[in-house]
Amino acid sequence: MRIDSSLVGLKGKEKIFEVEKGAIRAFARAIGDDNPLYNVESYAKEHGYSSIVAPPTFPITNFVPMPFQFDPKWSLHASQEYIYERPIVAGDVLRCNGEVVEVYDRQGKLGRMTFVVMEEKGEDLEGSLVFRVKKTLIFRQKEDEDGWN
Amino acid sequence: MDGIDFDRIEVGQDLEPLVKPAIEKVQVVKYAGASGDFNLIHIDDEAARNVGLPGVIVHGMLTMGFLGQLAGQLAGSKGLVRRLQVRFLGMVVPGDILTCRAKVINKDESQRTVDLAVSAERELGKAVAAGEITLKFPK
Repeated sequence: MRIDSSLVGLKGKEKIFEVEKGAIRAFARAIGDDNPLYNVESYAKEHGYSSIVAPPTFPITNFVPMPFQFDPKWSLHASQEYIYERPIVAGDVLRCNGEVVEVYDRQGKLGRMTFVVMEEKGEDLEGSLVFRVKKTLIFRQKEDEDGWN
Repeated sequence: MDGIDFDRIEVGQDLEPLVKPAIEKVQVVKYAGASGDFNLIHIDDEAARNVGLPGVIVHGMLTMGFLGQLAGQLAGSKGLVRRLQVRFLGMVVPGDILTCRAKVINKDESQRTVDLAVSAERELGKAVAAGEITLKFPK
């Protein structure tokens, strides 16, 4: 599949994100983040949360596949943005959807590069927006081939 | 963990940086497991060298996780990390020591939000990632 503007509007498959305490703790531990809100349930409850809170980059653990095929070796992660209406907490069940919103080319040091912007949103089961993600990936064209991977 | 004091924070202020310990290879493997990103360029030196890298490189999202840690510390137990935006600017490799910095660039009294310019630096002034954080505080 060519990576070009024909991808705009392409939607990924909906995915249910079940937020678990153990997964939050393992994620915070891997970062080395000892924030008690992410680790100690009694502390989180004392501060008004129903359970432990997830770190802001936690949605990365919910792998939402890109709605097109590509070779990750030829891609670079350019930027990432999270916007929250409220924090994610353990016990949340969130419905996640992703969509390609923009594709554009730039000439760079490594030749022509194609930027793909994806947006993802997570809603609770009542339909209230909880978070949004905006991710930009760069795809490099292989020098020895015409096509894209 | 009480975060910054919204009423005292001022535009232009540099906040206390977060200095992370040197990133060990095992931390990168742990992050791969916890995040589910098992791209071999983060785990296997040979696989990384085969695509022209010097060896394994650290997930950009781990660096962003450090900036998220700083955001959470500054928000404290009552504030909300409303927005976290990061551009990845350079490669990070095991052994690197990253310092996460934040400077107040905007304060909105009516919304009770502050915008911070943030960066993760390997050496002073050499950012491997940079972006913005918006924190929102209750009345």
